Amino acid sequence: MDRLRQPPPAPPLPPPLWRARCLACWLVLAVLVLVLASFASLDLQWLQLFSADALRSMGRFVGEFFPPDVSPPFLRKVLAGALETLAMSVLGTALAALAGLLLAGPAASRRGAWRLPTRWLLNALRAIPELVWAALLLVAAGLGPMAGTLALAMHTSGVLGRLFAEALENAPPGPAQALRSQGIGGLRVLLYATLPQVLPQLMSYTLYRWENNIRAAAVLGVVGAGGLGQLLSFHMGLFHMPKTASILVAMLGLVALVDGLSYAARRLSMR
Amino acid sequence: MSLAAPPALGRPPTHDPAWLGRVAWAAALLVLVWPLAVATEFRPWLLLAPDSLRAGGRFLASFFPPALGAEFLAQVLRETWRTVAMATAGITLGLLIAVPATLLTTRALSVSALSGRMARGPFWVRQALRWGLIVLRSIPELVWALVFVRVVGLGPTAGVLAIALTYGGMLGKVYGEILESGDPAPTEALLHNGSGRLQAFAYGLLPQNAAELASYTVYRWECAIRSSVVLGFVGAGGLGQQMDSAMKMFNGGEVVTLLAVFVALVALADRFSAGLRRVLG
Repeated sequence: MDRLRQPPPAPPLPPPLWRARCLACWLVLAVLVLVLASFASLDLQWLQLFSADALRSMGRFVGEFFPPDVSPPFLRKVLAGALETLAMSVLGTALAALAGLLLAGPAASRRGAWRLPTRWLLNALRAIPELVWAALLLVAAGLGPMAGTLALAMHTSGVLGRLFAEALENAPPGPAQALRSQGIGGLRVLLYATLPQVLPQLMSYTLYRWENNIRAAAVLGVVGAGGLGQLLSFHMGLFHMPKTASILVAMLGLVALVDGLSYAARRLSMR
Repeated sequence: MSLAAPPALGRPPTHDPAWLGRVAWAAALLVLVWPLAVATEFRPWLLLAPDSLRAGGRFLASFFPPALGAEFLAQVLRETWRTVAMATAGITLGLLIAVPATLLTTRALSVSALSGRMARGPFWVRQALRWGLIVLRSIPELVWALVFVRVVGLGPTAGVLAIALTYGGMLGKVYGEILESGDPAPTEALLHNGSGRLQAFAYGLLPQNAAELASYTVYRWECAIRSSVVLGFVGAGGLGQQMDSAMKMFNGGEVVTLLAVFVALVALADRFSAGLRRVLG
């Protein structure tokens, strides 16, 4: 009975906001310093951006977009550009899926001399963005959509190769063991045991990259690699604002279309 | 009675029994790919033509030796910091768009949705904001940068604004999805008992999702570093602009140094962000 009359224990105090041993506190501090240093060192022209003058010129700029140019000959050009962009993204992704599959085999092998070199190659392919690849490939492949397609394929094969290798490594080992114990060699084990298990996952990775690539393909043309981007940078450079507006609308439509298609394909393959 | 012999299996097939189907599918795919190859003027053998081989070879040969002059390296270092700073400032401004948009669009913070359907007004406000975020996100950052270069001139301001708008849209959408994927019970309980929406957010939604939100933001920061290099190609400063001008001058030595610095920067950001996410998660 006595015990019941004792006062209840005091509720625990909230932890102090700052402790020298708290890693997260130091991280937050580091992030704050990084942000402040970034803003301090960039000499951003806020005054110029928000001055009445700039706002007026921005308003004029946006106003020039309207009405978008919808004359049939120009629309035909935009349509051709959109189809070219679509073709670039599909072909680039398909090539990348093939190359990624070829590279994923060695990269996923447990004990192979090729494991590390392939991983390095995949990392290098992945680290360089599509646009930089395109600018590099323009030298060899010349202006035009082929450079863009190859650039998409280069970057994406790095990304897909790594994802594919992870998928192959994480596949359940049973079927592969069964074949290997019958004395079947590495390539056929990959083709008939491991690959069929992870194929749906690989397909879904590829579709996801396709969505990314349609966005990338749309802008690759800015460095001269074909598609809608080339039209865009051409007409924007000449200040043809109504034409620029219709190209932008076409870009948005294309991205939305591919998102929808890829969503539908994924729904179908899930069923 | 003797044991029934197992049904005669014959010899196991030495060929893939499904080879006909596989070959047929492969052929069909090739036929489908053909028009694409035509549309993209995909003629890889052109790469092996003597002209392009010579041009490519000369470019590759000029990669060696890499440019390592002290003055050039100092400039590269300055531009590398500029690239990181552009990404960081862009993400910070993007948060100024994303956080309010998330607070406004999250369904879990709707008071009217507590009792059945959301009221019509709030529903359409949320929907309109969501569409706004979709538009921000669907226009590639490179296009935003092209637009802003026209308005504010060449320089990092255009790049920072481009990253802020695109990543603001992206973060806003994903923050919303993360918040809605959590357990709604604590938030609902708070709202039912008369707490304000901000209180419900801070004490109901935030604690269970904070780690995921932070780790997604760090991941996007890493992506923004990659984007800010690309934005340099349209005149937003940083490593990309250096790379663009080095390529236009066919200065292979500088190109290879810049590429190496860029790959190292991305790898470093990758490591840093992975470590940070492990600590936060």
